[in-house]
Amino acid sequence: MSRTDSVAVAGVGMHPWGAWGKPFIGYGSAAARAALADAGIGWRDVQLVVGGETIRNGYPGFVAGSALSQALGWHGAPVASCYAACATGAQALSTARAHILAGLADVVLVVGADTTPKGFFAPVGGERPDDPDWLRFRLLGATNPAYFGLYARRRMALRGSTEADFAAVKVKNARAGALNPNARFRAEVDAETVLNSPMVSDPLRLLQICATSDGAAAVVLTSEDYARRLNKDAVRIRAVSAPTPTYPRTVPDFPYLASDSMASNSTATAAPATRTFRESLAHAAYEAAGIGPEDVDLAEVYDLTTAMELDWYEEIGLCAPGDAEKLLHEGATALGGRVPVNTSGGLSSFGEAIPAQAIAQVCELTWQLRGDAGARQVERARVGVAVNQGLFGHGSAIVVGRK
Amino acid sequence: MTDGIPAAPGTEGWFREGPDGFALLAGRCTACGALSFPPRTVPGCPDPGCEGLEQSPEPLSTTGTLWSYTDARYAPPPPYPRPPGTEFEPYALAAVELAAERMIVLGQVAPGVPTGALQVGMTMELTPGTLRSSAGVEERVWNFRPAPNYEAYTGEAQA
Repeated sequence: MSRTDSVAVAGVGMHPWGAWGKPFIGYGSAAARAALADAGIGWRDVQLVVGGETIRNGYPGFVAGSALSQALGWHGAPVASCYAACATGAQALSTARAHILAGLADVVLVVGADTTPKGFFAPVGGERPDDPDWLRFRLLGATNPAYFGLYARRRMALRGSTEADFAAVKVKNARAGALNPNARFRAEVDAETVLNSPMVSDPLRLLQICATSDGAAAVVLTSEDYARRLNKDAVRIRAVSAPTPTYPRTVPDFPYLASDSMASNSTATAAPATRTFRESLAHAAYEAAGIGPEDVDLAEVYDLTTAMELDWYEEIGLCAPGDAEKLLHEGATALGGRVPVNTSGGLSSFGEAIPAQAIAQVCELTWQLRGDAGARQVERARVGVAVNQGLFGHGSAIVVGRK
Repeated sequence: MTDGIPAAPGTEGWFREGPDGFALLAGRCTACGALSFPPRTVPGCPDPGCEGLEQSPEPLSTTGTLWSYTDARYAPPPPYPRPPGTEFEPYALAAVELAAERMIVLGQVAPGVPTGALQVGMTMELTPGTLRSSAGVEERVWNFRPAPNYEAYTGEAQA
């Protein structure tokens, strides 16, 4: 593969995920140093720093690119900070990639880090009735797991999925996470334990919903020429897609209280798209990379819940609609299977550290494509895809390929 | 208002009460007819192909099909109200695809209806609901409940 529109992943690094409550910038600095060391690049060689914002850590969280640069020592490089809910890391990578492809920078450091309070995510404080995120909590008490419960129950009704199917996803991901030194949860779990864990939002139990975590991930992206000179040009970002939904939205996605109406209005644009928003994410990236789902060797998908991982199998084209449980039970998506999914252990083993997670997905794909994934190694992996979805119409897909 | 309970914060103009019955009110684009629920507070049409800026209130269907449901077994964090001296009571949440508009609207299920009484595909109806604020004040919201004599769910739900 050699395309003029790809950039190199010269280095990756992470701070382990956990729940320590220490400053997010400490985790981010550690991940950044690890990624720079992995790339063999000095901090002062970085020409742009892109930070994924965190909305729960005060002013430094909103200026993450700056806060991180100050922590590592100012050396004059410009910064960008961006926020796109769960797709924050992907937007940060996209910003870095665009600068490189435009010839504005050769070396860009991308970092996401978070310190997350325990319990349900809650809206930013204050009385804000013009904020859909505030309204869904104030009027309905509709937490993230409540939305996930709606999707899981819908899947059970449409596809005949069972709680046992969902539990099997957790068993699979816990097994992978047990092999990952950066994961927060590193114990294998059996199905019985999952099915006996407390119900949170019917039909989802505690061990089927990802936790909220502290953690950080960083990537050094460079131009292909620059990476070649470093001999770090093995792995490339081949596509980043981050489309928004199209009208009419056919699913009540969070934080909104309703979908759009699917009964037609008087204009021609009101027919729903042939692909749902979530389906559109990976397919846009495949098209940009000139590949199809059959070319994918492994995937990192945003398993906010076990049920959602099954939805992704179908939405990213690993199997036909309705066949996700079959793919799972055949072992195709487990380590050693035909197309392993969440070899890192996924959010199931990490929990959410929002601005870091999409970057962490690229770290895992990079280690896999370089052959550096240790006990989790997928043999002969050449193409990986990472997908996620967040609040307010955000979502992304990233295709990573080996030269 | 018919029983003097004020609309919950942020929901002014979201529903009507009175002789014509309780109904949710969408904003209807006066140019193309596109519906928004909740009604838009900023001028503009949700359809990117329409330049309309005005909307008028439009009552929505008061029945629909249960698209999905779940419940809250743990107390949601603030700003979900917690009235003084009360224990959290789990409640169910419904996503109902309204009959005429084919718009999926979320709402709490009326008190006392457990998830065990719900099935995807069943007919649901809109009903006035009451929240109690953290100060203990009653507030009007909307709820859904199984329609009386709903058609029993027998087959696969439609995609």
